[in-house]
Amino acid sequence: MTETETKKEEIRIGVFVCHCGSNIGGFVDVPSVADYAKTLKDVAFATDNLYTCADDGLTAIKDAIKEHKLNRVIVASCTPRTHAPLFQATCEAAGLNKYLFTFVNLREHCSWVHMKEREAATKKAKDLIRMGVARARLLEAQEEVKVDVESSAVVIGGGVSGMTAALSLANMGFPVHLVEKENELGGFVRNLNNLFATEKSAADTIKPLIDKVTSHKNITVYLNSTINSAEGFIGNYEVEIGEKDKEAKKVKVGTVIVATGAIESVPEGLYGYNQYPNIVTLTEFEILCKKKALPKLRNVAFIQCVGSRGQTVSYCSRICCNVAIKNAVNIVDNYENMLGLAEKEGTVVEEIPVEQKAPDEIVERRRRRRGRDRGEEGAEEVRLGPTDKIEVTVFNRDVMSYGVEHELAYNKAREKRVKFVRYTPENAPKVFMKDDKLMITYFHETLKMERTMEVDMVILSTPLVPQADAQDLSKKLKVPLGQEGFFLEAHVKLRPVDFATDGVYVAGSCRGPADIMDCAIQGGAAASRAAIPMAKGFVQAEALTSVVDETKCSGCGTCVTVCPYGALRKNDDGIAEVIVAACKGCGCCGATCPEGAISMTNYTDAQLLAEARAALDEEV
Amino acid sequence: MTDKKHHHEKKHEGPWEPKIIGFLCNWCSYAGADLCGVSRYQYPTNIRAVRVMCSTRISPHLVLDLFRAGADGVLLGGCHIGDCHYISGNFYTEKRVKLMKKLIEEAGVDPARLRLEWVSASEGERFSKVVTEFTDQIREMGPCKAHDDDMVKTRLAAADDASVTFRLRALVGKELNLVDKGNVYGNKLDPEELQKILDSATEEEFERAMILELAKIRAMSVKQLGMIMEVPTDRILRHIVLLRQNSKIAMEHPDGFTPLYKTIEIGGEQ
Repeated sequence: MTETETKKEEIRIGVFVCHCGSNIGGFVDVPSVADYAKTLKDVAFATDNLYTCADDGLTAIKDAIKEHKLNRVIVASCTPRTHAPLFQATCEAAGLNKYLFTFVNLREHCSWVHMKEREAATKKAKDLIRMGVARARLLEAQEEVKVDVESSAVVIGGGVSGMTAALSLANMGFPVHLVEKENELGGFVRNLNNLFATEKSAADTIKPLIDKVTSHKNITVYLNSTINSAEGFIGNYEVEIGEKDKEAKKVKVGTVIVATGAIESVPEGLYGYNQYPNIVTLTEFEILCKKKALPKLRNVAFIQCVGSRGQTVSYCSRICCNVAIKNAVNIVDNYENMLGLAEKEGTVVEEIPVEQKAPDEIVERRRRRRGRDRGEEGAEEVRLGPTDKIEVTVFNRDVMSYGVEHELAYNKAREKRVKFVRYTPENAPKVFMKDDKLMITYFHETLKMERTMEVDMVILSTPLVPQADAQDLSKKLKVPLGQEGFFLEAHVKLRPVDFATDGVYVAGSCRGPADIMDCAIQGGAAASRAAIPMAKGFVQAEALTSVVDETKCSGCGTCVTVCPYGALRKNDDGIAEVIVAACKGCGCCGATCPEGAISMTNYTDAQLLAEARAALDEEV
Repeated sequence: MTDKKHHHEKKHEGPWEPKIIGFLCNWCSYAGADLCGVSRYQYPTNIRAVRVMCSTRISPHLVLDLFRAGADGVLLGGCHIGDCHYISGNFYTEKRVKLMKKLIEEAGVDPARLRLEWVSASEGERFSKVVTEFTDQIREMGPCKAHDDDMVKTRLAAADDASVTFRLRALVGKELNLVDKGNVYGNKLDPEELQKILDSATEEEFERAMILELAKIRAMSVKQLGMIMEVPTDRILRHIVLLRQNSKIAMEHPDGFTPLYKTIEIGGEQ
């Protein structure tokens, strides 16, 4: 097969072989490699430099481009992952399109890994140059596509994350469409009683945020609304918002923020939920507190990790330990208040006789330990429950009270004599009814014995799970979900609020359980990420994209299904069409297309094969 | 062809050294190879790396072409499953490698000459281990038979032709969707069932491509084809009927009662 020359113009390749001080020069015979390069077809100029990336090295490239009328440049030095942009800019400064530049890696892939084989390393270096030359011959100049970005956004979800994101963008001056599926803003927080570390009710805490959002001139709030469809790509999304009982509305926006939150999982079939009375989830308990509708309580048990960490779901839901601790402290501190209303309705608070609660040996052991801690002699009798009136036990696998405030709250709970009893998944507590009484049997890990106690209420800490419609939304926006069904960010460490797809961002519990502070942080972060292209006004797509040969395309649509970015669509003629701004250039469609109709700019089959085949040729 | 022979003869001047091509993805394996260099982990000099943006870029054709061109081993490097920079690219790589190995095997080349490895950007040491191990392995296996066995060359050409057929590319492209998301009717396919379909399709496409390759050189009878390919004649005949329907092969100079078939070559290769 003969190489098809892309243009009629004569190809003139310049090769710059770098010593990189002694990094390459110390292990490879660099001058002989440069001499070898001169012997290759189409190489018009070749030289070696001590440091090609230094000023004089860059100047040498620019001068040579002009002097020798070079139309391809090869730098053989380090990895393209660091200096490619520098050399590309140098080429552009000398009037050469940056896509006519080729990098050959002689340092990381040769001299540094073959330090004791000078001859073989030099031979390999020559081979690598020959490969680079073969690739350079087939390169073509490329234009980068510039796409305008609409400076407005859709935020999906009116909880803390969504409202924070919307407000941040609105304050920056961008019009925002805030879409909430319920009939009021607030999200999950609306269910809660009080928020940790404040005495204020949850409703009072988020009211100012809701007020700011609803009164902001740049924010349009859509209640009872969902996303019907979303078409387009970064800068140019057309989103259809469907409001209940109203005609759908289409808006054109540049970016989309997903902040749809999560829901509490229902512990169906676990610990007697829905089977016995007074067994509630954490959130149900908060609602009861909020309504002041608690029954008479003397003995409350929390059970942590109900269905999480390897049971129904694999992950730790992150927030439940702290919510349980908050509520345990609340129960102890505000028990009288919480019961206040109920008492008026005729409930009587009874004292619990101490001796019922624990065997003497335990009481004695505790008495001695506490006394010893305080350095007292003949330490006083210790009360077992937090108060005489109520006792709170938290059955846990581990207490995940991370961070500063949460650890303090945990310590506070312990001071208030909330009991933390550890269990293992193999030996989980059992909840059952005996003579109309709710009972818990558990294995005490420290005492190594099974114990049974009567409880009035069992509160199950179940994990947050993805919204039922997350899958649907992920399909509409063409963004991925992780294994557990939460939205999946572009990079778990470095890009936590971006999606891999440009122009779509994620915040809050829809990407994994988050507490209110996390939600606010992520909402703000997502807004600032979304603001980047909108403030800039345009995005520039690297010319590393797929190209469809319309004459070959049969419209089978396979490429549309394999593209992870939704960068391919069928046009009105049923032919595949690349959305250049959305394409990332991975090449999956190109390797898939059954008709071989898709090729990749700058990484064509011909270029890759020429480069690889050159390695198989013998040195001439 | 003559070119290669010439090279091949020249090669025997020194001791034989395996020629290994590595296609490394920009974000993980290539970066892992970079870190390997930065950390000065040493490995044999045989590998020549070609950078691609994603391992998913590597179509079976690219790999088969390199074996035809004289590669002794091909290493594909990608991100670990779940870490692909392009989300799902390496899922498809995995599927394609299965097809590549099957085709290479059909061609009579040891599929172990193709190796897929996930190497992350932080696994510099692992990269050197992988390359060292693979080079040693290829060295032990000796030169690829495609160097001097004309039959293997023809079979590799057939495997290459088969790899670019609509049927195989479409099947591999849709495999993941068919298993995970179901077909247009919402029916999910059993992965094992699908693998059977794929395997039999690969065999069929390879045999057809092989018939075309062989009948390109000279007109052949069904019996001759069957003997060379070691495939039952009724199967060959069924392939020929289909190939004739698609105007890919023509009956030529009936020699007595035995019809001969010759591949129709359209235009020249571009």
